[in-house]
Amino acid sequence: MIPAPFAYARPTTVDEALQAIADGGEDVKILAGGQSLIPVMRLRLAAPETVVDLDRVDELRGVREDGDALVIGAMTTHADVLHDPLIGQYAPLIAQATETVADRQVRRRGTFGGALAHADPAGDLPSVALALDAEFVIAGPNGRRTVPAADFFVDYLTTALEEGELLVEIRVPKLAGQWGMRYEKFNRVAQAWSIVAVAAAVRREDGHIAEARIGLTNMGPTPLRARATEAALAGAEASAEAIAAAARSAAEGTSPSSDLNGQADYREHLAQVLTRRAVSAAAGL
Amino acid sequence: MTSINVRVDGASYSDDVEPRTLLVHYLREQLGKVGTVVGCDTSNCGACTVHLDGQAVKSCTVLAVQADGREVTTIEGLAGGGAPDAALHPVQKAFHEMHGLQCGFCTPGMIMASIDLLNENPSPSETEIREGIEGNLCRCTGYQNIVRAVQQAAGELSGSAGGQA
Ligand SMILES: Cc1cc2nc3c(=O)[nH]c(=O)nc-3n(C[C@H](O)[C@H](O)[C@H](O)COP(=O)(O)OP(=O)(O)OC[C@H]3O[C@@H](n4cnc5c(N)ncnc54)[C@H](O)[C@@H]3O)c2cc1C
Ligand code: FES
Ligand code: FES
Repeated sequence: MIPAPFAYARPTTVDEALQAIADGGEDVKILAGGQSLIPVMRLRLAAPETVVDLDRVDELRGVREDGDALVIGAMTTHADVLHDPLIGQYAPLIAQATETVADRQVRRRGTFGGALAHADPAGDLPSVALALDAEFVIAGPNGRRTVPAADFFVDYLTTALEEGELLVEIRVPKLAGQWGMRYEKFNRVAQAWSIVAVAAAVRREDGHIAEARIGLTNMGPTPLRARATEAALAGAEASAEAIAAAARSAAEGTSPSSDLNGQADYREHLAQVLTRRAVSAAAGL
Repeated sequence: MTSINVRVDGASYSDDVEPRTLLVHYLREQLGKVGTVVGCDTSNCGACTVHLDGQAVKSCTVLAVQADGREVTTIEGLAGGGAPDAALHPVQKAFHEMHGLQCGFCTPGMIMASIDLLNENPSPSETEIREGIEGNLCRCTGYQNIVRAVQQAAGELSGSAGGQA
């Protein structure tokens, strides 16, 4: 099928984009890489009156440093993220997760900001952003505001983005030095979407785990932190036994769904196993 | 209607399209480039893969208006711009010689994705080839001969004897 008819705007700056959104009528959709939106429009699950295409808004592309943070433009494609030296140095977890997203063609067009704004529970980047304590810079008619990852993901396919707003950039604190990171994902071979995945960042100090940050993909309508496991790991010995014990609480407080790929209790099991693997690898074991 | 200027397989076109027109439908229905096919409704199969400014994309998941001012290469532009007696592109030739197809429906997309892979990684391992074409589904071959074809093409393109059968 092809999408229902819509009016099309192609701004070249953020200000023009905000104006186009304001002028677009009742039902406006922002088009980033289109790798989620176009399929949904083809199935007529969305039929916006106006589509505002960010493809030519160059100021939204690219990765830069700003003091202690990396700033990733919302329109930076998955393919560009994969080859970015700053991400490789300060946030390799993002590159590891991005490598597992979809396939080479989808990664050429799909964007970091689009994947976060879409907020699919099975999407790989939301849990990574949550684990890294990223911040979301949002532009709207009344200026810009910054939302922490913990408040950005509100519900199934729902974020803190309000009507008339657009996601401009994502600020990721630089983690260098003693931090190790690992993204562990479980999916079917013919479908890249995660059944469950775990994003772990671990700081080691003198044979101990000083701090662990763990994000869970597809263990509820939004990405979640494995808080009980994080607490159990803080100050723990960096040993296989200590990590295995802490990982047993990885599914605490989660509410995974049951679907064709797996039942909820199976997902809880996966969360524990993948947490053990991700934390072990991140801790260098 | 929105007017677009686009280069496809080396020729320039100026056309009016509806914003909702998918690139693949513009190529097939307005330009008659039916070498690029549609295999699904869900952006999964990769049969529609073309190059947009030299990079492989699924043309069913790009709007024709998004190709405005850009360069598109389809399977029809690979062998000497489509001249009847032009030599096949090395990847086309390898698919032919290694029996990298049965029904052939996935082949245009497989070849365009494989070229994108080889542009980025001229000597991929078998695993890298399988991952490089993960966005392309084949219902017939079981992929074995497709992988061999990409190996042979990699050898030929890098001018070595590697990948020979
Ligand atoms: C075959 C296939 C397999 C896939 N597999 C995976 C996978 O394994 N893992 C994974 O994580 N993802 C997967 N994806 C999704 C892919 O990562 C998409 O790129 C991503 O979900 C959406 O990014 P996009 O740039 O294409 O956004 P679009 O499709 O353009 O937009 C998605 C949504 O976000 C909104 N939006 C986009 N940008 C902004 C912005 N700057 N401000 C406000 N709102 C915005 C849009 O309005 C729309 O509602 C897959 C997609 C396909 C087609
Ligand atoms: S037709 Fe484009 S991916 Fe299937
Ligand atoms: S040869 Fe028939 S689908 Fe691949």
